[in-house]
Parts: sequence; C-alpha cells; structure tokens
Amino acid sequence: MAAEGHKEKDINALPLLLICFFLAPLFLPIFSSQSLQRPISHSQHISQAMNKAVILVGGPSRATRFRPLSMHLPQPLFPVGGKPIIWHQIKALSEVRDLKEIILIGFFEDFIFRPFLGKCQEEFPTITFKYLREYSQLGTAGGFFHFRDQIMRGAPKNIFMLYTDICCSFPLSELLAQHERHGRLGTIMVTKVERSSAHLYGCVVVDKETKLAAHYVEKPETYVSDMASTGVFVFDQDIFRFMAQVMDKRADEFEHQRANESAYGRFEENDEDHDVNRLRLEQDVLRQMAADKKLSAYLCTGFWRQIKSAASAVPANALYLQKALADGDSSITATSANGPEITGAVFIHPSAQVHPTARIGPNVSIHARVVVGPGVRINDSIVLDNVHVKDNAAVLHAIVGWDSRIGMWGRVEGTRVTSPDDIDEVTHSGVKLNSICILGEDVQVKDEVFIRNSIVLPHKDLAGNKHNEIIM
Amino acid sequence: MKALILVGGFGTRLRPLTLTVPKPLVDFANKPMILHQIEALVQAGVTDIVLAVNYKPEVMVAVLKKYEEKFGITITFSVEEVPLGTAGPLALARDILGKDDSPFFVLNADVTCEYPFEKMRDFHLSHGGEGTILATTVDEPSNYGVVVVHPNTTMIDRFVEKPVEYVGNRINAGIYIFSPSILNRIELRPTSIEKEIFPRIAKDRLLHTFDLEGYWMDVGQPKDFLTGTSLYLSSLAKRKPEMLVPASVDFVNGGNVLVHPTAKIGKGCKIGPNVTIGANAIVGDGVCLQRCVLMDGTHIKDHAWVKNSIVGWHSSVGRWARLDGITVLGDDVHIADEIYVNGASVLPHKSISANVCEPGIVM
Repeated sequence: MAAEGHKEKDINALPLLLICFFLAPLFLPIFSSQSLQRPISHSQHISQAMNKAVILVGGPSRATRFRPLSMHLPQPLFPVGGKPIIWHQIKALSEVRDLKEIILIGFFEDFIFRPFLGKCQEEFPTITFKYLREYSQLGTAGGFFHFRDQIMRGAPKNIFMLYTDICCSFPLSELLAQHERHGRLGTIMVTKVERSSAHLYGCVVVDKETKLAAHYVEKPETYVSDMASTGVFVFDQDIFRFMAQVMDKRADEFEHQRANESAYGRFEENDEDHDVNRLRLEQDVLRQMAADKKLSAYLCTGFWRQIKSAASAVPANALYLQKALADGDSSITATSANGPEITGAVFIHPSAQVHPTARIGPNVSIHARVVVGPGVRINDSIVLDNVHVKDNAAVLHAIVGWDSRIGMWGRVEGTRVTSPDDIDEVTHSGVKLNSICILGEDVQVKDEVFIRNSIVLPHKDLAGNKHNEIIM
Repeated sequence: MKALILVGGFGTRLRPLTLTVPKPLVDFANKPMILHQIEALVQAGVTDIVLAVNYKPEVMVAVLKKYEEKFGITITFSVEEVPLGTAGPLALARDILGKDDSPFFVLNADVTCEYPFEKMRDFHLSHGGEGTILATTVDEPSNYGVVVVHPNTTMIDRFVEKPVEYVGNRINAGIYIFSPSILNRIELRPTSIEKEIFPRIAKDRLLHTFDLEGYWMDVGQPKDFLTGTSLYLSSLAKRKPEMLVPASVDFVNGGNVLVHPTAKIGKGCKIGPNVTIGANAIVGDGVCLQRCVLMDGTHIKDHAWVKNSIVGWHSSVGRWARLDGITVLGDDVHIADEIYVNGASVLPHKSISANVCEPGIVM
C-alpha cells in the first residue's frame, strides 16, 4: 500500500487497513466460486452423492379398502405403532446417509399433508419435505415421471421410491449399499412369501448369484416366484431417461395400433392402457428393466406386510410396536407401580388416562386423551384419540375410532389376524368374514353390548349386540 | 296322606347337568328340585312318598334317606323294570297308594309352581269325585293337553292333546289328586294317564279341575329352567321377601337375587335381576350377572359378564369372559379369560380356551 514509506501517511492508513480487513468477507462472495460458498452436497462436482426419496401416497378415491377409517383421515396418516403409517417410511429414510429430500406425490388436496409435513420438518430438520399434487391419473410411475424436473433438482444420485400401503422394517441403508455395489439402474426390495399367496403380489424371479431380477410379473395366475415386490425401490438418476424411452416406445406402438384399428373403426378413445401419459411402474417400467438386465433385487431382512385394508392396520401396529420394544424405544410403555398391568409391546400416549386395574397388551396402541376405566381389558387393538372405555369392558382385536364410547361391560371383539397377507375380503358370497372389529369415528357402544367381527361406520349408536355385520 | 312323584329316567333334556347328578337332585333356587316338592307335600300332611323311577341311582337313595329322617316320613323307590308310562307307575305302587282310603297326590318331578296341595285336597274331598287335575293358563296351548270343562262347572268334559284349533287355554299342569278307587282302572302295563285313564273317569263325570294360582313351569330343559327360576324368585319376592337380597345392597340390580349365605361377592358388581348363587360360590370384582344360575362352588372371575346361563358345580368363568344365549356349563368346567360362549352346552371336566360363537355341544 502507498502508505508504507511515509510516516505521516502510516497513521492514516492503518484504520483503512483494518476497515478493509474486517469488511473484506462481505465482498468475497462476489469473487469466489459458487462451490466454495454452498454446502458441499448440493454440488455436482463433489464425489459424495446426495439421495432423495419419493413416497407415493395415492388419493382419496384409491383407498376405498381402508374405509371406514379413511373417512376420517387419509390412509397414509393413519397411526400404527403410535405413529402415522408414512412416518415409519420417513423415519427409516432419515437414517439413510445423505438423504436430503422426501417428496410425497399424490392426489390429495394440498392442505391434507401440510400439518404432518410441518411436524416432520421439525423432527427431521436436515431433510426437506414437499408434497406434489397429481391432477390426472398418470399411473404408479406416471406421477414420478411427471415431476422429474423437481425430483432431479440438485442432481440426486439415488432416488428411493416407496409405496405408502406397506409396513416394513425398512432396511434402506442395506438396500442402498447393495444397489451401489451392483451399479445397476434400479434395485427392487423383495420379500419371501408363501407359494400359495404369491399370486397376490408382484413376483420377481431373482438370480441368487448376481442378484439380478430376471423377470417381473404382476399378480401371476400360475406360480412364477415366491419373491414378492415390497413396494420399496431405489433408482439411479438415469431412471428418468429410461422411463422416457419406455414412454416413447409405447407412444410408437400406440400410434401404430391406432393406425391399424382406425382402419376397422374399432378404436376406443378413453382406454386406460392406451393412454400415452400413463406409466405403470410394475407392468411398464420394471418388466422392461428386468428384461434389459437393469434391475437388481435385494432381499428384505425383517418384517413386511401390506396395509391395504383397514383390518391390516392391527397386525401392522403389532409389528411396529414389537420392533420399538426390541429397539428399546422410549415410546413403549412399561408396567409401573401406579399404572395398569402391561403385557408385551404397548404404546400409551402421555395424555391418556388408564386406570391401574386395567390390563393392556400385548400389541396395543392407545392414543391421545383416551380414558380407560377400571377393570378394562385391551388386547391387540388400536384405540384412537379421545375414546372413553368404561368399567369392565373388553376391546380385543379391534380398532376403536376417534371420539367413540364403549359402555360398562361393553365388548368389542374381532378375530385375530393370523395370515401374513393383506386381509383382502370383507365378505365372501354375501357372508361377512371373521376379521378385525372396526368402529369408525364417534361410535357409541352402550353398556353390556357386544359388537363382534363387525365394521361400524361413523356416528352410530349401538344399543344391541351385533355379530358379523357391516353397520351403516 | 300319600304321594307319587313321577321322576322318570335319565333327565337327558337337562344335560349336561344331569350327567353328574340325577335330575331330582339338581338345585333349583339353591335347593334340590325334589326337595321343593317334598317340603310342600309334607306341609299338606303327606307321610308316604313314592318315587317312580326308571333307574335307581345310589346317590338319590342316600339323599332321600336324609329327608326321610328329617321330616319323619317314608320315602319309597318304585323302580320300573319296563317304562310304564304315566299311569302304569300308579299300579306298581298300588300297595302304598291304596293302603287306606285317603286320597293321594301324583306329580311330575319337573313341574314348579306354588304347590297348593292343601287347597287341592280340600277341594277334592268337597266334590267327592275320583280325581282332581290342577290346571293352569297359558298363552299358547297347542303344545299341551287342554282341559275342556262342562260349562259352569269344574267337571271335566274332555281333554284335547296338543290341539290344532283353539279349544281353550287351560292346560293340564301335571299335578293331580286321586281317590284310591282310581287304582281299579289301571293295569300294570305301559299306560298313558291322559289318553287312556282320564277320558274314562271324565265320562263317568268323576273328574274335576282346580285352578292353579300363580306361576307354573316345566323346568326339564335349560331354557325353561332359567324361566322357571325367574318365576320362582318373583313368587318368593311376594311370599318371603326376606329370603332374597334386599334392593338396598349395592350390587343388587332389579331385584330377585338369591345368594347362599356362604357365597362371596366382590366389589363393583351388578347382579340381577333373576340370579341365584349357590353355596361357597365366589364372585369377583366388577362382575355382571343377569338371569343366571350359579351352582355350588362356582367361581366367576373379575369383570366377567354372564346372562341367560347355568354355571355348573365347581366351574369357573374367566376374567372378562362373556356367557350368553342359554349356555350350560356342566360340573367342573373352566372358561378361560376373555372367552365368549354363546349357547354352548359344555360337558363336565372341560376347559374352553377359544370362543364358542354358535350354539352347540362341547364334548
């Protein structure tokens, strides 16, 4: 600086120097390269990969099998193991290295998931949460493809895709590790099912050595494989390019078909299968990936089952509670001196009041502001917010909906679920099948009344016994 | 005076209870059924009682010996080698029944009512006929033998057995008083008193009817056993209310609750209406009992709910269990916690650990 040689100027220059020194950082951003200023994971040039996840949450018209519970809130938000169904997906994702964003894609109104995602943002501050709404039926992969620009923002290396109607131990880090080891376009997580139930699932033929998925068939009528798709996938970022190719090919075939059929005048305008914008993950994408040897299969360790029907929430609840108990999670309630007798894995919300003479568990979730009276027995059940259960009543293999009331010596009883498959049918040949007993929102069961193996829609008063009925 | 009680055979309709105990000894309102009848007969001056049986269980002999001593009467077993129907047993017991001129009662062992034996005797002696039949009124007579009298008399014109068309609603209550001369009409062979003997006496204008006041029930099967219990308890409430638990006691709900002094009742229970609880029974906390019979030594555990059921001797009903639909538990039957039993007849010495949702027999 010019001030150095002259004594008079030295005194004037020092403050200027100091000012420049302290103000310098303010000017640096203008001159430095962007990569030094932004967090490392957002860069395309740094070797460590960033991961994202997409959860397909479906929409109100889709989850009819989750009625009557879905009349009060959407299936993905229904609580099992004390937490919303998709919270378990999100929790598992939060434990995956460099998982930075979780995107929900579905047909629900925007406001439905806002409060839940707000809570998730607080609970998992390093992850960004977003809900993207589909407006037209684009198929299980169509929505994913439609929002590819938003998903690809920040250039994630790996993208998880999860379905919402599943209950699982979610070994996602292991899934990712195998995916990265094998370096293929995608990895599907599979689980072993009984041969006799394989036709209920998407079946994957897996080469044990290479872990390559040789073949994929959705709900085959004959036996193909006893490895079922779990609805959990991880894809490389090139998946969108692949999907675009699949769609182009379909468009060509579609045009070709149109050209042929219109000659005979038999073309049908709104045929689903011919909609160029619809892309089904299983039939259109995975099948092709398997054929092109681009799909790996990872065998799930731990538990898995579908939660498509309302009744399936109870065994899912049991699985998650047992996992929490085994993990030593603090949400599990233990027997205490002043508390009720607890057996097995039980969740009791801190605001619930449970009489010391009650006997709870195993596999019971009791939610906020529930009041459980003296001498009550609750087993293998989900008791939702603000339910009051009066003296000596019994709730067994049941779901009791929000704000419901069960009178003294009341009995709400279903049949224990023993099948690992989703409880598909409610009736068979017009006869109600034995299953979990479900009371919708605000159902009143009077003193001494027995409701067994029934499904009760919301806002009903029950003054007489019901067996094996659907009560509207 | 003398009396003949038609006990009959194995009491199969009241199984599984009668697999353990002969029917006359099954407790009805905490007292063997036959004792109710014996006490009433003794009250009316009967000193000789004949029990017409198809088989003679040793246990019955022992118990009835005690009654003989207690009341200072003679009780004889008349054992039919061959089933003799409803009249034949009278001929078989001819020696006792016809030993003097005094009239004798004949009653069906399954019938419960207020047993107006003295009034019947007085009425019978006053009209001087050969037989008097107790008649009761029912709503649906077509299952019974309807009694048709000569207008404005008590004299019986004829019987119509299980009438297809309505002829009247007063039926044969199964309790009679006869003069010994009737024995001349009956041979020692299988005979129906209703079909063969009564019509002849009626033709001779020697058969009369006497109106029964109060309740009447044939308690030979569980459903009617429970109904009969309720009727009996209502009658007791009027005649001897001190025998029932007062309504002021906290667990009593709706009255008609009969509890043996040695039974124990827990806290927070709701018992009644129409409940009998036998000797040394234990009822836990928070138990709800309605229209049911608990035999001696039974144990109903906490928070259970029992209605329209009979719980046999020494049986137990688990916590939070629910019994309904005319369930009958035999001797020493154990229902596990939380189990639902609907209309099951459970044979003795069984444990139930899974729900029985449809009526049926559990062997």
